[in-house]
Amino acid sequence: MQALQNKARALLEAGTVQVVIGYGAGSDPERVRAVFVRRPEQTSQLIFDARCRQNLATYLLKPEVRALGKPALVCVPGTLRALLQYGVENQLTDEAVLALVVTDGAVTELPRFAAMEEYLAGLPRGLTPEQQAELDRIDSLSPAERWAFWSAELQRCVKCYACRAACPLCYCARCITDVNQPQWIPVSSDPLGNLEWNVVRAMHLAGRCVDCGSCAEACPEGIRIDLLNRVLAREALQQFGAEPGYSMRKEYALATFKPDDKEEFIR
Amino acid sequence: MNPGSELRILRTEALGELFSRLTASGHRLLAPVRRDGRVEFAEVSSPQEVALDYIQTTTSAKAAVFPRYEPLLRFRLRGKAADVQELPPDTRPTVLFGVHPCDAASLATLKAVFTWDSPDPYFETRLQQLTVVGLSCTRGDAYCFCTSVGGAPGDTRGSDVLLTPLDDDRFLVEILTEKGRTLAGAAPQLFAPANGEQKENRLAKITPRFGVEQVTSRLPKLFDRTEVWVEQSLRCLGCGACAFVCPTCSCFDIQDERQRYDSVRLRCWDSCGFKLFTLHASGHNPRARQSERWRQRVMHKFSYQPERLGVLGCVGCGRCSRACPVDMNLAEHVQALAEMSV
Repeated sequence: MQALQNKARALLEAGTVQVVIGYGAGSDPERVRAVFVRRPEQTSQLIFDARCRQNLATYLLKPEVRALGKPALVCVPGTLRALLQYGVENQLTDEAVLALVVTDGAVTELPRFAAMEEYLAGLPRGLTPEQQAELDRIDSLSPAERWAFWSAELQRCVKCYACRAACPLCYCARCITDVNQPQWIPVSSDPLGNLEWNVVRAMHLAGRCVDCGSCAEACPEGIRIDLLNRVLAREALQQFGAEPGYSMRKEYALATFKPDDKEEFIR
Repeated sequence: MNPGSELRILRTEALGELFSRLTASGHRLLAPVRRDGRVEFAEVSSPQEVALDYIQTTTSAKAAVFPRYEPLLRFRLRGKAADVQELPPDTRPTVLFGVHPCDAASLATLKAVFTWDSPDPYFETRLQQLTVVGLSCTRGDAYCFCTSVGGAPGDTRGSDVLLTPLDDDRFLVEILTEKGRTLAGAAPQLFAPANGEQKENRLAKITPRFGVEQVTSRLPKLFDRTEVWVEQSLRCLGCGACAFVCPTCSCFDIQDERQRYDSVRLRCWDSCGFKLFTLHASGHNPRARQSERWRQRVMHKFSYQPERLGVLGCVGCGRCSRACPVDMNLAEHVQALAEMSV
């Protein structure tokens, strides 16, 4: 924590960045919140521990945050992957953000996409045993049981779009659900509207989702939307070798045709 | 105690009998139910299903009078003619059992909005058929702030009957309205005379954080202080979680769910946090930035509604702050505004 505060102070004093976006204390001991540190004396607000999971990359596209100047961003792996995916999708230029990674009390600066790629290459990939067990459980359900599970989950959706707002990759200036001529997705949070919204969102993130889990953490109803994304991420990996957010290679799983695509889902 | 109220004692074990009497007479019973670690209002038939020890439900009880979506009319095309059929609201009498005083108080805010000009038969029918059995709060948490906005853990406003748990076995019952008398009359033998029992020492202690007047008088002068609103809302993501869990947020959208020949017009919840909320057909958006939308949320609840409708748009239930994915804490921010020099 001290190392992070010192680093932030040094960066602000040197004028390397104008704002350090990180985590600070929240409303109760279990919560943290994003803080936007602009002055050296504010750096004592910065904390970093296991509660710091929100993907702060989301803020980089917000106009009020952009207006603050060049940011340093406290990153967890999902944040770094989101930054690389922003790079791939032309939402962020190289060196537009200085990524800060806190490990074992030390702070590493990752000033360029290449450095983020290199850092991520040294981290384990794939699902944790718990995540794998959850997917195995879903896989083991019969279609009727799976439908019952998702119906029960999605009927709680109130269409607040916290998932969309928290997701770094849900950045469309005009989301498909906000398009009303024609109205693609029913507006109300009835069973059909909820199903369509959540499925459409998952599909739009297939091959792009960086599995940060922020959508599910944001959901006030505790709906496991991350499971939808994780299943599709597995499909995108198996079918197209897509591992979004690990490299700057501009390969879009659902927008690039390759003659050697397996296309097993069509046969 | 409320001066006009009648006091009774109801034994906890008698709730089962009360519930069966009410359901037998055609009432729908809505009560807090714990499922997967969350508490929500749901239809129940027995008191065993009810989570009487809850602090707060995730979403409020407003859906009982203002559902998250409701069909208003159906229109069918037949050749060149259109057949329009009004879809009346569900007229089943409903007992909202075990709502805390904040939720009961929110009904006055909703009523002020839904009845201020043209009648709203959907809302009004639901409210007329609703009997509110409140449940005083014996504990609160860091997010509760009813005492800052004119409420209290044992407040009777909005309840037809208010229950206060005296111990594990008994409730002190305050029968407050004609509807309350009717409800108790469904099983009069269950309501024993009270014998000087007091609720006050059973109630949660919620320390006030600001005063209503302190906020309402300052807000008009803070409207143009853009930097204040930007600073408070930098981390706000612009979702609708706060509005949708809020017991007093009443903004709605009217939508036509169109099929080719058979369509439904419905009303569904909307939120001023969404950028689409004020987007004009021209493309202009008078609240283009999140800071402007956050200001609108605060001003509407703590300035416009008290000024125009005579009711505060907040009952201090704290749901918005518990639900917010980025820890926007309404009480904290309103307190900061209340303490700001203007």
